[in-house]
Amino acid sequence: MSEPAVKEKKQKLSVPFNYDKYMRPHKLPHIWCPGCGHGIVLKSLLRAVEATGIDKDNICMVSGIGCSSRTPGYVDFNTMHTLHGRAFSFATGIKLAKPEMKVIVISGDGDALAIGGNHFIHTCRRNIDLTAIVYTNSTYGMTGGQYSPTTPIGDIATTSRYGNIEPPFDACEMAKAAGATFVARGTAYHTLELEKTILAALQHKGMSVVDVIDACPTYYGRMNKFKSATHMMEVIEKDGTVNVKQVDKLPPEKVQGKLLRGILHNVERPEYCQQYANIIEKAKGGK
Amino acid sequence: MAVTAHTKKAALTGNTAVAIAMKQINPDVYPAYPITPSTGIVEDFSGFVADGSVDTELITVESEHSAMSACIGASAAGARVMTATSSQGLALMWEMLYIASGMRLPIVIADVNRALSAPINIHCDHSDSMGARDAGWLQLYAETVQEAYDNVFMAMRIAENAKVMLPAMVCMDGFITSHAIENLDLLSDEEVRGFVGEYKGRNSLLDTDNPVTWGAMVLQDHYITFKHQQSEAMTRAKGVAAGVMKEFGEKFGRPYGLIDAYRLEDAEAAIVIMNSAAGTTKVVVDDLRKQGKKVGVLRLRLFRPFPFKEIADALRGVKVVAVLDRADSMNSFGGPLFNELRSALYDLDNRPKVMSRIYGLGGRDYKVKDAVEVFEELLNISKTGKIDTMTKYITL
Ligand SMILES: Cc1ncc(C[n+]2csc(CCOP(=O)(O)OP(=O)(O)O)c2C)c(N)n1
Ligand code: SF4
Repeated sequence: MSEPAVKEKKQKLSVPFNYDKYMRPHKLPHIWCPGCGHGIVLKSLLRAVEATGIDKDNICMVSGIGCSSRTPGYVDFNTMHTLHGRAFSFATGIKLAKPEMKVIVISGDGDALAIGGNHFIHTCRRNIDLTAIVYTNSTYGMTGGQYSPTTPIGDIATTSRYGNIEPPFDACEMAKAAGATFVARGTAYHTLELEKTILAALQHKGMSVVDVIDACPTYYGRMNKFKSATHMMEVIEKDGTVNVKQVDKLPPEKVQGKLLRGILHNVERPEYCQQYANIIEKAKGGK
Repeated sequence: MAVTAHTKKAALTGNTAVAIAMKQINPDVYPAYPITPSTGIVEDFSGFVADGSVDTELITVESEHSAMSACIGASAAGARVMTATSSQGLALMWEMLYIASGMRLPIVIADVNRALSAPINIHCDHSDSMGARDAGWLQLYAETVQEAYDNVFMAMRIAENAKVMLPAMVCMDGFITSHAIENLDLLSDEEVRGFVGEYKGRNSLLDTDNPVTWGAMVLQDHYITFKHQQSEAMTRAKGVAAGVMKEFGEKFGRPYGLIDAYRLEDAEAAIVIMNSAAGTTKVVVDDLRKQGKKVGVLRLRLFRPFPFKEIADALRGVKVVAVLDRADSMNSFGGPLFNELRSALYDLDNRPKVMSRIYGLGGRDYKVKDAVEVFEELLNISKTGKIDTMTKYITL
């Protein structure tokens, strides 16, 4: 198993960084609102890709539908913008057809956990070698701020005007329970840490899921009375999370109710494409 | 926050007008899932629920697959059920569309017409509802916001008629109608109540004294009988629709028919078209008429069931017809409306020449000049008697 990069004590600072290499400049400006976290996540992702040393033509980025899922349109990899909730299935097909390709799934929390929840679970269960980045902004940004499966209880959305009554998912717990072999969380606020987390995910063999907490100031932020995008980042991303490595060092009250960041689960289990190749070998009369 | 009281005259978007119509109907259950450009309907309606101005149970589900499943469950339980969707949302309901019609559940939905992926596009064409044309749903189309609003009530009445009992889809053009603000006349809540009446589901699942089974397995023994009955209901729906539209006109002073024939009486050339683009075409007809050209428009308000006889009657005597489809059947022989309409004319003694033109896919503008060009081509064909190109894309 590859060593998670987040363990390195002294990581060389990767910024400033020239993103042009990975972008499609003629597709800019992007659609994201000022203050949206999605662009920050993309930047961390691109720096992590650079660190892997993988040729960009050997990367395929697949997304569903949503503000987050617009990401592949802006980047110069092989890209596929698919259907709401189905990115994981499209990606599975791509990976099986071309196991040597690095396949990255970009999905929103609505895309991955609501309409596409079924595919998310089964892709994790198969432990196929994909890296999924789930942009968790606790809302359906693209369609105007409906609550999503990660909206906290009591929060306001266009579909929960007196407060959400549905308990949210913990995407990481779910990925782990379903069988993903690498599960991590980052935030758009901790952008350098996120880069390292994504790098580790990209280097993992098997299904890796990075749940990225980011902010939708336009809908979720306004409806829930956050003062600004930065205020949201501070409250939700900075103060609302704690790095898993610090949990033991902190008093329990500083950890309670907070989401854990960093690598939360990292195990080895046979990877699906490899298993598939083995079974073909076997069927052909091999060992 | 949502507005809950409305005056008789209002300036509203198509989405808000349809949401208000739904509010006035006050359905029992409303499963909701957002998709552009229909989100406004669901959003406004959820506002009415939050305000307490309807008694509806709003179920916020996690996909359209679940939305239509919830519609079916609630409708089978005896509830009056409505929702709204577009494009991929309708596509994701596909499996259930057939369940709803096969179970004869009078669910009424608004479909705000939007193109289907791929490539992704959020703008208007009719590929979503046209794709669902064999699903056994009634389909009504609207040129204006006023008509979209009125169609909601008429659709409910037709769907729930005991001779019909089929689900209905009320279609309007994405953005062009759904997001444009128009002045319209609203009915009062009493008028709506009087028109749509109370709904009492038959053989309801919640009638526990009379337990029933829905959707049970029938094989070679009965399946075809069910489908035959469904087909007969669809046939009856045409007469019912005509009656409901007539009644609506008489009661509220806005007359509607299954089709809208515009200056066709002595027309030599005609365009057949649906939804908002009919408005543009009518403007062109008025202009060309001033120049002495005998042109007209036929607009279908009802597409399912298909008013084949009314169409044939309206086009009897017209020499050349262009059917403009905002969807392609991808059969290399023109759009869906073209094919059905051409077949409807087959038994006419002097049938017009008919050609297919596909226009406006993915929201491409259909302009006055486009209609002018089609009419010029038609008038030329009327002289030469020869159609050069039977099927063609325009507005490219
Ligand atoms: C089948 C289908 N239903 C609905 C939609 C409409 N839709 C587009 S994006 C979206 C929600 C996106 O939310 P999320 O995945 O959380 O991404 P975000 O926009 O917040 O980044 C919805 C419901 C769609 N595109 N397809
Ligand atoms: S709506 Fe929200 S999620 Fe979408 S771009 Fe704007 S801030 Fe980002």
